[in-house]
Amino acid sequence: MRQFLERVLHTLLVLWAVVTILFLMFRLMPGSPLAAYLNDNLSEEQQQLILQQFGLDRPLYEQYVIYLANLARGELGVSFFQRRPVVDILMEAFPNTIVLTLASLVVAYIFGVIAGAFLAWRRDTWIEKTAVPIVLAVRAAPEFWVGMVLLAVFGFGLGWLPSGGTNSPGAAYDSEIERFLSLDFLRHLALPMLTLAVYLQGLPLLLMRSNMLEVMHDEFVTMARMKGLSEWSIVIRHAARNALLPVLTAFTIGVGISVGGNVVVEVVFSWPGIGRLLVRAVSSLDYPLAQGAFLLIALVFITMNFIADMLYVLLDPRVSHARVA
Amino acid sequence: MPASLEQAARRGESLTLWPRVREAAVALLRQTGRDPFAVVGVTIYAAFAVIALLADVIATHDPLEIQFLASGKLAANQRPGAAFLLGTTSLGRDIFSQLVYGTRSALFVGLSAATVVASLGTLVGLVAGYFGGRIDAALMRIADIALSLPFLPFVIVLSAFLGPSIYNVIVAVALLLWPNTGRVIRSQVLSLRERAYVEAARVTGASTWRILFVHIAPNILPLSFLYGSIAIGWAILTEASVSFLGFGSSDVVSWGYMLQDAFTSQALSRGQYNWFVPPGLCIVLVVVAGFFISRGYEEVFFPKLRD
Repeated sequence: MRQFLERVLHTLLVLWAVVTILFLMFRLMPGSPLAAYLNDNLSEEQQQLILQQFGLDRPLYEQYVIYLANLARGELGVSFFQRRPVVDILMEAFPNTIVLTLASLVVAYIFGVIAGAFLAWRRDTWIEKTAVPIVLAVRAAPEFWVGMVLLAVFGFGLGWLPSGGTNSPGAAYDSEIERFLSLDFLRHLALPMLTLAVYLQGLPLLLMRSNMLEVMHDEFVTMARMKGLSEWSIVIRHAARNALLPVLTAFTIGVGISVGGNVVVEVVFSWPGIGRLLVRAVSSLDYPLAQGAFLLIALVFITMNFIADMLYVLLDPRVSHARVA
Repeated sequence: MPASLEQAARRGESLTLWPRVREAAVALLRQTGRDPFAVVGVTIYAAFAVIALLADVIATHDPLEIQFLASGKLAANQRPGAAFLLGTTSLGRDIFSQLVYGTRSALFVGLSAATVVASLGTLVGLVAGYFGGRIDAALMRIADIALSLPFLPFVIVLSAFLGPSIYNVIVAVALLLWPNTGRVIRSQVLSLRERAYVEAARVTGASTWRILFVHIAPNILPLSFLYGSIAIGWAILTEASVSFLGFGSSDVVSWGYMLQDAFTSQALSRGQYNWFVPPGLCIVLVVVAGFFISRGYEEVFFPKLRD
């Protein structure tokens, strides 16, 4: 319990620091945050009025307090360009990002775990010796480039799959769930999902492989072997179960990392998610929207790290035994 | 004090830092020679280094110059051939030459970011591990915060604000990547500072900085090199992503710039694989070289996610 409270406190501290860094980044950077909003046609008076509206005529510390108070109420301001509340825009894009992230992570981890366990089992065979460098090479490929190649081959070249977006124009659905389950959406999802999965499978695969190798030498596996259990049952029922724990935490952290890391893939496939929103907001100097998108990504990242920490304590038998002792 | 201890301490003190650095580099190379992966990695690095140095000789054209055919027509979207080894871009620029010059900016970004990451991480790790207490706590909190910023979004926002420049990407990468190195070095220093020879140096009255840089630092240098070699790949990947998104410098030819150019010029729908496949392959090669080198140290490279 004490450990839990400590982690909560630590997470809140980190969150506050990140929020503060973001504030400073957006206020102290060269160029007024309103540069894009103000234009020369406006009179000096009008410009002052706008500065006042945004509270930018006040001293920095006052702005900071207002900013924190607004955040605490979930108030993120209004987008300069879309003239709509940032929260609304984010909430439209977020489900698309989450669906893409989770779908690719699930595919990547199912593949990675199975392949990793298989490679550990086949240690020192030619399959293992060729597979590992290939996995490393795939992890080294820039995600957006993998996306470009897949898009050129399957989207434009063969014409099997749509080249971008989440839905064909004109499609209308009764609910978000229905939209996500539509064949049209799934066809749009396939390429970006595959792109991300190609990158993401490396970590679970390598983790699973090295964990399996380690676990296979543990006492309980030797014990199982001495009991005369079949090799298959040892691998699946005993070794794999224990080797899975770190993979599970990696998955949790992976959700947090991917929500921000998807940025480039979302751009390649014109996927209307948070990452593409961030890129567009940053390049059009839409500060409130850029700030909001960044905050949301950071919030997910920090939360998932926290959950991973908790999972680790809860699930790892060695950690909990140590605590009991 | 026993004479042997004093001698040991003297021996340690009489060496300056530089020979120790060289020693560490040699040790790392020797370690490398035993692992076929690492040999491949080092070879790839060496090949790219040669290409980068001889870019002027190897490149067949000016990478940004617009080329014309003998007929006087713009040499746009040429297929690979004798005149243009990898063909030309939609604006009539030679792709092979861009690829060759791209090596230069990739290695520049990679090496400078890696140097900053490794030195900053090593310094912080040394100080935090050796002094402990509040300094340690403060530095590790800062590391936690840096690691809590989503990497790519942060680099994007920072390089967009600071303006398109290759240096800003380096700064952004360095700001976020040092904590990984710092943490590992710190835990090494924690155990090293309890060793007998460090104790001996302390007893003979060696100054704190001398102990840190002459007695402890050389022993962690292989780790610094290792983390540096991983950072090279990360920096190159990050620069490519940032350039691809259009926040990179437009007058420096990099592989990311080439990919962005290809993407925005509809090279994908035209199926110009000769344009967008080579830069990606080059990135893969350089980054995987870093992975291969660090694979020799599997335990360092794939540490348990939490400890």
